Amino acid sequence: MSVLVAPARSRGRLSPARLGLYALLVVLGVFYLTPIFAIIITSLKSAAELARTTVWDMPMSPSLESYATAFQALAPSFFNSIYLVVPATLVSAFLGSMNGYVLAKWKFRGANLIFTLLLFGMFIPYQSVLIPLVQLLTSINLYGGIPGLILVHIVYGIPICTLIFRNYYAGVPKELLEAGRIDGASVLGIYRHILLPLSVPGFVVVLIWQFTSIWNEFLFAVTISGNNQPITVALVNLAGSIAPQPNVQMAGALLAAVPTLLVYILLGRYFVRGLLAGSLKG
Amino acid sequence: MATATAQPAMVERLPRSRSIFPWSSERLTPILLVAPSVILIGIFVYGFIGQTIRVSLSRWNNVLPDYTFVGLRNYIRLFGIERFQNDLINTVHFTAFFLAGCLVIGLGAAVLLDQRLRGTLFFQNVFMYPLALAFVVTGTVWRWIFNPYTGINVILDNLHLGFLKSGWLTDTNVALNGVVIAAVWQMSGFCMAMFLAGLRGIPEELREAARVDGATEWQLFWRVVFPLLRPITLSAVIILGHISLKIFDLIYVMTSGGPGYSSDLPSLYMFRATFQENLYGRGAAIATMLLLLVAILIVPYLIWNIRGETER
Repeated sequence: MSVLVAPARSRGRLSPARLGLYALLVVLGVFYLTPIFAIIITSLKSAAELARTTVWDMPMSPSLESYATAFQALAPSFFNSIYLVVPATLVSAFLGSMNGYVLAKWKFRGANLIFTLLLFGMFIPYQSVLIPLVQLLTSINLYGGIPGLILVHIVYGIPICTLIFRNYYAGVPKELLEAGRIDGASVLGIYRHILLPLSVPGFVVVLIWQFTSIWNEFLFAVTISGNNQPITVALVNLAGSIAPQPNVQMAGALLAAVPTLLVYILLGRYFVRGLLAGSLKG
Repeated sequence: MATATAQPAMVERLPRSRSIFPWSSERLTPILLVAPSVILIGIFVYGFIGQTIRVSLSRWNNVLPDYTFVGLRNYIRLFGIERFQNDLINTVHFTAFFLAGCLVIGLGAAVLLDQRLRGTLFFQNVFMYPLALAFVVTGTVWRWIFNPYTGINVILDNLHLGFLKSGWLTDTNVALNGVVIAAVWQMSGFCMAMFLAGLRGIPEELREAARVDGATEWQLFWRVVFPLLRPITLSAVIILGHISLKIFDLIYVMTSGGPGYSSDLPSLYMFRATFQENLYGRGAAIATMLLLLVAILIVPYLIWNIRGETER
């Protein structure tokens, strides 16, 4: 089969087999890029032009009017999302880092069981906690706003953050910690003065992962945010509330996607690491 | 005589006996550090699951809570409802096609990217950027692409593939497949990343050895490379499988379960039953079934992972 006939040595020459491989890559690439292409050209069309063209026609006179409309509608929820994502990401990362430290380096009896029980929390369908969650948030007056969502994302972010940090700290040599102990550092001292300074790459992975997941999350947001919607809920409502013009919807979709896309473009390597960490085998 | 020998022994033992004392700071601090998280997860995961099960066994199918125990009544009724039966079939349908699509495209893309062609990094990034998007963004875009008048059907016409045209999300027989396509578009990059990591972990010497033994590239792949990817394939199936059971946002945005209930799934039914129809007992029963399905998949996987780790 020609797909596999190009070992390393033939690099640089364009044999028919390699051309075939490129053709396949391009076909796949077109599949992946088509939606973003549709978003961009549709969002640049005016309402009048939209009515006369298909999805695939280039805009004749590109206009930013749909962006203005979308921004006006989505701006409050865009800032809601920022207000949500920043504290939730920071706190869950910090908790995960402490847990990871303990579960990797101070294994007390039952530590593995606790780790397993924590991990299960990241796989559950959140529907199975939704009813009590709404009850609890209502009873402590956190239902219907961003603070409640912050709490929820901190709690349900703990498992993945713990997992990533535990795997990360497992790679830190024991000798470094022993040295700290001999110098008389306490459990917390070792964490603060030895481990934390080494944790920057771990924090980058976790912060990116949490930022992306919380920004994109929808089920909790639609259930408990009430009138203070994060961007995902507002984007969905954009199609329902105002006249459902596709150009405005596409502009809104791009607006909602820009923060996470930027993170992916700038720090993709770390994003992929977080992604693969979710499948456990580090 | 006992006191005479005891003193030096005590001095010697002191450091050890300190760590045996249960409340020494080296024992207590680690536990205090994880305690907040353990308590939070204990309440928000295990406590809440318990409460959901309790609601699912109660009479509460109205605005006001009513915890009167009614046994399995909500479950028995649930399985008698045509919509739920249809949802289960849809779940199997969705999962099968979603997994097949992700595995085939993911493995194909990974193999292509492992051929050391120029521009590999660019294509890798292109295949994976959908993973950074929200499902609701993906849903919004694909709903527009699937609009029957000016979207994908125009392209099919131009490619002389008119026979593939359909109403897509408006067609009861096709709507679920439309959502599958969008889901595969979004998640296949995850599969690709896993397979690519696996492929790059296979030493070149192994392939060379097989080539020296006269294996064709085709045999090399299926007899040497692919068997080594089996654990990764299993991980991918389990992770994607559980994502597929939980999928909610895409359906909500693209079809809302319609037309009719043709693309409805338990995750959406739970949400609607609970928060729009106030059928809390039924919603909790659906949620519990969903949890059970996910647990059947995930619990053995978790145990396998943790065991494998301690044996390493």
